[in-house]
Amino acid sequence: MTSTDQQPFLSVRDLKVHFSTEDGVVKAVDGLTFDLAKGKTLGIVGESGSGKSVTNLTILGLHDRERTAIDGEILLDGKELLTASERELERLRGNKMSMIFQDALASLSPYHTIGRQIGETYRKHTGASKKEARERAIEMLRRVGIPQPDVRVDDYPHQFSGGMRQRAMIAMALVCDPELLIADEPTTALDVTVQAQIMDLLKDLQQEFGTAIIFITHDLGVIADIADDVLVMYGGRCVERGTKKEVLRAPQHPYTWGLLGSMPSLDGPVDVPLSPIPGSPPSLLNPPSGCRFHPRCTFAEKVADGRCSSERPLLEVTDGRGAACHLTADQRRDFFADYAATRSH
Amino acid sequence: MSRFLIRRVLGALVILLIISAITFGLFYAIPRDPAMMSCGKNCTPDMLAQIRHNLGIDHPVPVQYWYWLKGVFVGRDYAGFGNCNAPCLGYSFANREPVLGTIMDRLPTTLSLAFGAAAVFLVFGVGAGMLAAVKQGKALDKIASSASLFGSSLQIYFVGYIAMFFLVSKLGLFSQPSWTPLTEDPVAWFSGLLLPWLTLAIIFTANYTRMTRSQLVEQLSEDYVRTARAKGLSRANVFFRFAWRGAMGPIVTVFGIDLGTLIGGAIITESVFSLQGIGRLAVDSVSKSDLPMLLGVTVLSAGAIVLFNIIVDAVYAFIDPRIRLA
Repeated sequence: MTSTDQQPFLSVRDLKVHFSTEDGVVKAVDGLTFDLAKGKTLGIVGESGSGKSVTNLTILGLHDRERTAIDGEILLDGKELLTASERELERLRGNKMSMIFQDALASLSPYHTIGRQIGETYRKHTGASKKEARERAIEMLRRVGIPQPDVRVDDYPHQFSGGMRQRAMIAMALVCDPELLIADEPTTALDVTVQAQIMDLLKDLQQEFGTAIIFITHDLGVIADIADDVLVMYGGRCVERGTKKEVLRAPQHPYTWGLLGSMPSLDGPVDVPLSPIPGSPPSLLNPPSGCRFHPRCTFAEKVADGRCSSERPLLEVTDGRGAACHLTADQRRDFFADYAATRSH
Repeated sequence: MSRFLIRRVLGALVILLIISAITFGLFYAIPRDPAMMSCGKNCTPDMLAQIRHNLGIDHPVPVQYWYWLKGVFVGRDYAGFGNCNAPCLGYSFANREPVLGTIMDRLPTTLSLAFGAAAVFLVFGVGAGMLAAVKQGKALDKIASSASLFGSSLQIYFVGYIAMFFLVSKLGLFSQPSWTPLTEDPVAWFSGLLLPWLTLAIIFTANYTRMTRSQLVEQLSEDYVRTARAKGLSRANVFFRFAWRGAMGPIVTVFGIDLGTLIGGAIITESVFSLQGIGRLAVDSVSKSDLPMLLGVTVLSAGAIVLFNIIVDAVYAFIDPRIRLA
């Protein structure tokens, strides 16, 4: 099957991921919908526990199947992943879709050499010989910018620096030229210069192979650098989506305003204090009623009849742009203008 | 690697030296005269002095220790028994046999008992632990977990006699535990040791089941195991090549200690099943105030534990490349 213009490469429809725990049901993802085209990058932003990582582990089918109730659809190139068998998923993982994890030291096996870990993915999916896999591993290490790849290929992860480990992780994820790459905070643990190098590397590789990338982060600066489209998640739901420009320049949701406000701005005055979002992320075991953001939202009282706490705001999307908020479009424009004004004084 | 071995072997020798010195000191801290026991009822001071001289205990304790130590490395001449070549552990006070010879006679019994039981408890313990880890939270896991709790609370002097009574005497399912050298009659060797192996293994199996399960459960939730799955590797491949690799370390450590301890003599097991191994020898040498024999057994037991510790460390470095031997 090939994707057509009508059918996006990756399509997630009303995805719900609920875990049963001893304390009750955790609604980690509660109705999430998005599309991703080939060669494009979707940035998913949100605080810890907003459901970003769970969503992506579910796409790969790496969730705990016995304790998880899943509803919705995930179509990859027209293939339904949620009903796929374990063997089908094993063929896709590392091959058509692969993932870069946050903590490369913990995510690479301490017991096997870098070359072996990269090579075994290649062998699994292409049936290559050990020698071919090793050649391929060296080639991948060279491509991600590891010096002396033919020597370092026999090193263990603990012999690599943090940045090199993350590069090796990327080499491992890209060894089969995947069409979908999920990067779960791949640069969070790295210092800024290495972070910039890794981002450039990902952009180059995307241009070369036309890979679709889902980039998970809580860093809006990273989003501004790499994403085409942005999806803001809060409490397991999408609260706002749009192009990078739309979401970062004219955000529509008070939560997104809060995210922007808690980030220092380089071109604004330096004496403006950061304004963190009050309160803490919602419990997904007992999520707030109505809009999940309403207990922390300073604008909830501007909405009549207490609808914010009683009625779930729907995400109405036109041309890929939308926000789930009860404020009217005019209100949002005015409030954001006021908000932006206080930030720049 | 060779630097590691040299350093550890030298360390082991120091440990054995200290242990033998302590054993020597402790033996004489007990107010008991080994010569008295050999002398019998009609003992005269002259006879006693002669026996003391023959046993080589007519010197101050430090001097005696020095002679013993010298004997180990260069051999020793005994007034009453003649020459004893290095490594000389002396002659038994009780039956005047060379200590080394007696230990060598008893060692095959203890080694057979130890390695046989170890094979059983390793296979069953680790196997059950693996099953429990795979079937986490399911019925099989609960059965394995409660069985191991039950097993670990059993004692050999209880299970051993019960098993002897029912399985050997009443039902005749097992033959009477006995020792036949493996080279003489392998079938008799096996059937004579089967019950002691199984009994000894019951106690240990439980420990390995619990340890294997908890190690594997921990490893299976590690990030690198998830990465391996994300690469498309199969569940079985990830389980054995990744999670099990990580879980092995602590199990190998405990196994080394257990094996070392067992070679030092499974005292209770050997007594329960009337097997003449190192453990029995140790008990007898204490009750007979047989210093040379006691020293010999102590040094052997300590040596076994030290040796297996060195082996464990070497194996550990083989399992985990992050550990470098130096």
